[in-house]
Amino acid sequence: MSEPEIGIIDQVVSQEYKYGFSTDIEMETAPIGLSEDTVRYISAKKNEPEWLLEWRLKAYRQWLKMEEPTWQNFSYPKVDYQKVIFYAAPKQKIKLDSLDQVDPELLKTFEKLGISLLEQKRLTGVAVDAVFDSVSIATTFKDQLKEKGVIFCAISEAVHEHPELVKKYLGSVVPSTDNYYAALNSAVFSDGSFVYIPKGVRCPMELSTYFRINAENTGQFERTLIIADDESYVSYLEGCTAPMRDENQLHAAVVELVAMEKAEIKYSTVQNWYPGDKDGKGGIYNFVTKRGSCEGAFSKISWTQVETGSAITWKYPSCILKGDNSSAEFFSVAVTNNRQVADTGTKMIHIGKNTKSRIVSKGISAGFSQNSYRGLVKINKNASQARNYTQCDSMLIGDKCGAHTFPYIEVNNNTATLEHEASTSKIGEDQIFYCNQRGIALEEAISLIVNGFCKEVLNQLPMEFAVEAQKLLAVSLEGSVG
Amino acid sequence: MNMLSINNLKASVEGKAILNGINLDIKPGEVHAIMGPNGAGKSTLSSVLAGRSDYEVNDGSAIFMGKDLLELSPEDRAREGLFLAFQYPVEIPGVSSTNFLKTAINEKRKYHGLDPMEATDFLKFMKLKMEEMEMDKSLTSRSLNEGFSGGEKKRNEVFQMAMLEPKLCIMDETDSGLDIDALRLVSAGVNKLRTPERSFLVITHYQRLLDYIVPDFVHVLYKGRIVKSGDASLAKELEVKGYDWIKQEVELAK
Repeated sequence: MSEPEIGIIDQVVSQEYKYGFSTDIEMETAPIGLSEDTVRYISAKKNEPEWLLEWRLKAYRQWLKMEEPTWQNFSYPKVDYQKVIFYAAPKQKIKLDSLDQVDPELLKTFEKLGISLLEQKRLTGVAVDAVFDSVSIATTFKDQLKEKGVIFCAISEAVHEHPELVKKYLGSVVPSTDNYYAALNSAVFSDGSFVYIPKGVRCPMELSTYFRINAENTGQFERTLIIADDESYVSYLEGCTAPMRDENQLHAAVVELVAMEKAEIKYSTVQNWYPGDKDGKGGIYNFVTKRGSCEGAFSKISWTQVETGSAITWKYPSCILKGDNSSAEFFSVAVTNNRQVADTGTKMIHIGKNTKSRIVSKGISAGFSQNSYRGLVKINKNASQARNYTQCDSMLIGDKCGAHTFPYIEVNNNTATLEHEASTSKIGEDQIFYCNQRGIALEEAISLIVNGFCKEVLNQLPMEFAVEAQKLLAVSLEGSVG
Repeated sequence: MNMLSINNLKASVEGKAILNGINLDIKPGEVHAIMGPNGAGKSTLSSVLAGRSDYEVNDGSAIFMGKDLLELSPEDRAREGLFLAFQYPVEIPGVSSTNFLKTAINEKRKYHGLDPMEATDFLKFMKLKMEEMEMDKSLTSRSLNEGFSGGEKKRNEVFQMAMLEPKLCIMDETDSGLDIDALRLVSAGVNKLRTPERSFLVITHYQRLLDYIVPDFVHVLYKGRIVKSGDASLAKELEVKGYDWIKQEVELAK
């Protein structure tokens, strides 16, 4: 890139992370570090049944034997698990029966994040589960959902209220020993959301979980389990932020989706964890395992993710297409700026006949960041007439960043049809100048160009969040521009 | 009063002097054509006036509507009413013309202290202009310039001109790459936009564009200077005699 462009990059001043504040609240934490005692501590805190403690311990013992994976396209200082706090919860004197008893400080925190839990200010048409560090604070619209038979609550609550469902499906898609981070999560997960949509029910509103890491030196290990029974439909959205801290904090979540016959799950993520400062100090390590199973025939799972935050994002929301004629989609926008790293993509495992999958990935790299798409499309022996379409586009802003693509394809049935398209482009000085000449200044021009580039993916998001996501893209790239 | 007054303008790119003292006054409603052989500095002049950053202004001034043009950022020049129709309009995938123009118009309104245009008002305005400029309806939803033919791109530039209602339109070799039918269409669009207030600076290598957009003045640019000025007949003369006689005149004068 020529000199003048670098000049422009330098001109623009970086905007501070908007959600970087922290909440001062009395916390109850597990003793620092990780051992069987930590696992027992968490289980006891949650008053869990014996089977779940055993399940956790099994995962923990397996985790001890596992090694941190090293195949990723980045390196990071090893996490010292003895220096992490695995459980942190705001202290509460009594058990909460209603929202009125939630600490006002917490309500204020979520208010500040644009998530109102209060009756009168709630976003209509969206039910929210708010998770603060290791616990779920409140879930809105619970009663209205209950009328339809929809269960939407904290997973720790589901363990007590709906043990048969939890026992049956927990770990059914992501086994507790699936990988290093999934095993860790299985051992120490503290909270997260649980959703069950009964047969034939179309969930009347968007369900949403908002994750907030607040405490220092704490990891967040949430677990989400969504089950859509036959012919049901649900759209679920997850959002997340964290304060600005100098240390790296670990977020190792597991999300499992189960779609039964003719059921459809739409799972959207707007990930905005603290990305670290412009020199790469601090920020969240977002090492997450997300997987859905199209169990039933004609079922459908759709992942949409807008990844703008985290120091390192390392995740591959995947689908196992078991049911015949099932279909799966993965739509992704991953934006990296400054020293951020993203290694993200998907796995589409075709097992059933006539299964279809579609992957649309848009990577945008700016600053000194590295952005990788990594995806696997696997067609099993019996998956006749399986189809996959993959489109993988990268955009570079400036000349110090990197975009990488690692597509893996494994085909064991010769009736399969696979298409792969990839492109790499650069925001050019010409595009910017063209916008300038029409009266559109630099930041607005970048936002316009980037949003155009991501349009296909943003169109997948529920309306309210698409607007948020667009703004978020603009903010993430501020100060990146060339 | 002059709309644009250029005085002894000197500019270089990557240390190489391209413009060596341009003097030019344009009054409201006038159409000026700049002609000249390849490498004379024609496109540099349009880029410098629009504020492209690769060009360095070394001397001289350009006053636009009483303001020091060279002090303004490219976007502010645009917002003040300077429009450049690009020789090579840029493609912006995924951004519709509607969205692009709405952003542009509202940025301009903001600059002038006006509220943004309501979406419905904007769409009405755009529809009106599209009818006026005889644009195809599909334009609104297509990505900006993406997959457009050469003719479509140039017509779209003129359409943007109609939408943004500039005071001064600089047209940078708008005729390049156009066949005769496209040239007629583009010129017809430009002629519709001629008003007693709006001025044009038409940069072209060939005379044929000036058969359709008839200029009030023709200037010949050579080695970064305007070496000859006249009326529309000068363009015809150039068509017949080429540029060599002008080059000779200039060399002899030395």
